[in-house]
Amino acid sequence: MKEYLRFLGRSLRIGIAGDWRYHLWMTLLAAVALAGLNAYAKQLVHGLATTGMTDQVSWGLYIANFVFAEGIATALAIVVIVAYVYRRHELQDLVIFAEILAVAALLVCLAFVVVDLGRPDRFLHLLQESNFPNSLLAWDVIVLNGFLLLNLHLCGYPIYCAYRRRRPSRWFYVPFFFVVIVWAVSTQTVSAFLFVGLGSRPFWNTAILAPRFLAAAFAGGPAVLIPILWVLDRFAGHRVPRPAFATLRGIVAVAAIVHLFLLACEVFVAFYTGSAHGSSTRYLYLGLHGHDALVPWIRTAIVLSGLGLLGLLLPLAQRPLGRNLACLLLVAGLWIEKGMGFVVPAFVPSPLGEIVEYTPTVNEIVVCLGIWAAGALVYSIFVRVTIPVLSGRLTFDRPYDPNRPSALPAPAGSSGASREG
Amino acid sequence: MTDDGPQIAGAGEPGLSRRDLLRRGAAAVGGTAAFAAALRPLAALERGEIPTLGEFLQKHYLEMSPIELQAALDRIAERVRARYGVAAEVFDARPREGVEFVYGLDLSRCIGCRKCVHACVEENNLSRTPEIQYIRVLEMPRGTLDVARGDHHYDPPAVPDRDHYYLPIQCHQCADPPCVEVCPVHATWQEADGITVVDYDWCIGCRYCEAACPYWARRFTFVAPGIPADRLNPRMAYLSNRPRPRGVVEKCTFCLHRVRRGELPACLEVCPVGARKFGNVLDPESEVGALLRTKRIFVLKEEAGTLPRFFYYLDERYPREPLPPPPPHTPVADGAEAPEESREGQ
Repeated sequence: MKEYLRFLGRSLRIGIAGDWRYHLWMTLLAAVALAGLNAYAKQLVHGLATTGMTDQVSWGLYIANFVFAEGIATALAIVVIVAYVYRRHELQDLVIFAEILAVAALLVCLAFVVVDLGRPDRFLHLLQESNFPNSLLAWDVIVLNGFLLLNLHLCGYPIYCAYRRRRPSRWFYVPFFFVVIVWAVSTQTVSAFLFVGLGSRPFWNTAILAPRFLAAAFAGGPAVLIPILWVLDRFAGHRVPRPAFATLRGIVAVAAIVHLFLLACEVFVAFYTGSAHGSSTRYLYLGLHGHDALVPWIRTAIVLSGLGLLGLLLPLAQRPLGRNLACLLLVAGLWIEKGMGFVVPAFVPSPLGEIVEYTPTVNEIVVCLGIWAAGALVYSIFVRVTIPVLSGRLTFDRPYDPNRPSALPAPAGSSGASREG
Repeated sequence: MTDDGPQIAGAGEPGLSRRDLLRRGAAAVGGTAAFAAALRPLAALERGEIPTLGEFLQKHYLEMSPIELQAALDRIAERVRARYGVAAEVFDARPREGVEFVYGLDLSRCIGCRKCVHACVEENNLSRTPEIQYIRVLEMPRGTLDVARGDHHYDPPAVPDRDHYYLPIQCHQCADPPCVEVCPVHATWQEADGITVVDYDWCIGCRYCEAACPYWARRFTFVAPGIPADRLNPRMAYLSNRPRPRGVVEKCTFCLHRVRRGELPACLEVCPVGARKFGNVLDPESEVGALLRTKRIFVLKEEAGTLPRFFYYLDERYPREPLPPPPPHTPVADGAEAPEESREGQ
């Protein structure tokens, strides 16, 4: 126990140390996170009126980001499946980075839930008087926190074992991989059901939603991971086997195609039947009675996703720059589609047919950016600690020596800073 | 950061030079100052907005003992006194045995004057700035029940308008309420007399219920409700019309502080044409019971499956003023993309 506390202390010290690039990156993130905190403090003082939400559009950017962040965390499932079920060895060493990504994404997720609450001071009521199993939101709180704990174990345990120079016990480790696959898929499903279950919102009330969420998650998560791994490989001295990129790229491409296919199915149903149930879809893609605030968003999303997917399928994606760019385009497209394109239109028109449009306020946007920056900050620190531990440079019995030869295969690049985006 | 660049050898480990120490000290001080600066807006929080210990520890309404409930009522009265300078009577009104409230609305009488809307605001201490209203009256074109075709913001010089009818909508106090089901913390529930209530002191403000309601009957206090002190209704119940805190969901309670004491809802009392009917459906003598037995009634959005306790009917004794015969080849319905009649809005 004492040794573990010492490990945490040393990790923290390493986490804030680094070269100028690391410091610059961390300072930037910290500044944005603090700006977000400042905006949230304003929201606490003035209430949710600081957001663009109304009684008509009662969920906005916060819930949208919540959904997207959860998708990123869920992506861990597909990485584990491919790495362990399909035994792609090139991915096995990288699963840990997907796990840490899931941890950071889940923290982001929970933060978005909290900032969306009108009464965060009553957060504990979720535990005291949980409406489980009736309320899907109560389910979500359970699965999200369970997923977080599971992930903390899955990445913390091997890291600590490496630190203690012990072999991880298989029984304390491998079964959790299979649990996490199911858990991740369940988490995303529960979140989809949170929306699907609302009969008053035809836009969400579609059985295809959970599969759509999963497809988007399996595309979006690895698409975030690819540029991160590239940065780790290039600057942090953690060698990433080349086939890993190709494998991840394949996952992203297939999932993105499935995602776009499912989206097309939804659009077909909404437009071809022509019933009033399609009003929200019509509002989203074409505008309704002259109201078309979301139309530019969704069109941008489709163009970005399309370009990203195209880029991944072309030979262009064999080069790091093209691949990273394609991934970022796809992520941006998915973010808009799942965010502004999924949460908001369900509220327009309102159940009484009123059309009130939603535009996020600056304060709301700053809160969102702050949460994402804080998530990236956490991720950076975790990765900053993980790499020297896994490479055997930081162990319990010796002082940290960045020059010690790595226990892992030699890095491809010479040296550099660990940053990731 | 690097874990293998020689330039940072020793970083993060003991053996600090004085320069390192100074730099770290400066970073720590700067970081703390930035953190404090980020939290600065919190200084503007007024005393009344921070929950007191008693409020923080207050239990769920249904779990409070009589003594705890009385303490909660006293706290509310104290808050009202501090904020509005009004000595309010804050009480707890429980459902009565053998009572199930039902509301009926006669569409052939309603003239769309919106008096009910404003009586409700006065009675229930609803926020005037910003305006929150529980009742929404739609001006509907004849020939449709599709709320998507209604006008929420009609403002003619006089009502009723010959070409329209009026559809007031408020909480339908459903027997199978989706809003209750989705609440993650049991902050809203259906009482024995059929009224769905909210414990404003338990609600966490997630607005899931607002998203779940097919009748758009719930409102959220995005800011602390603005009520002029001289307009405050001092007779207030815990579960209904006491001033709401900021950041919670509220809704129509059929004026439970009135109806559970044998009075009628404020919206009904004010109605100049008697379009509103209210009563205990379990009472064989009740007017609503008679209406349900004798009139051609319907509920709005029956397909939502929530079993409303709010019904509409048309009274044959009050025929509409007939429309002039339409000129030939003029479509009856306006609106280019109006779908088939009486589909659910959205």
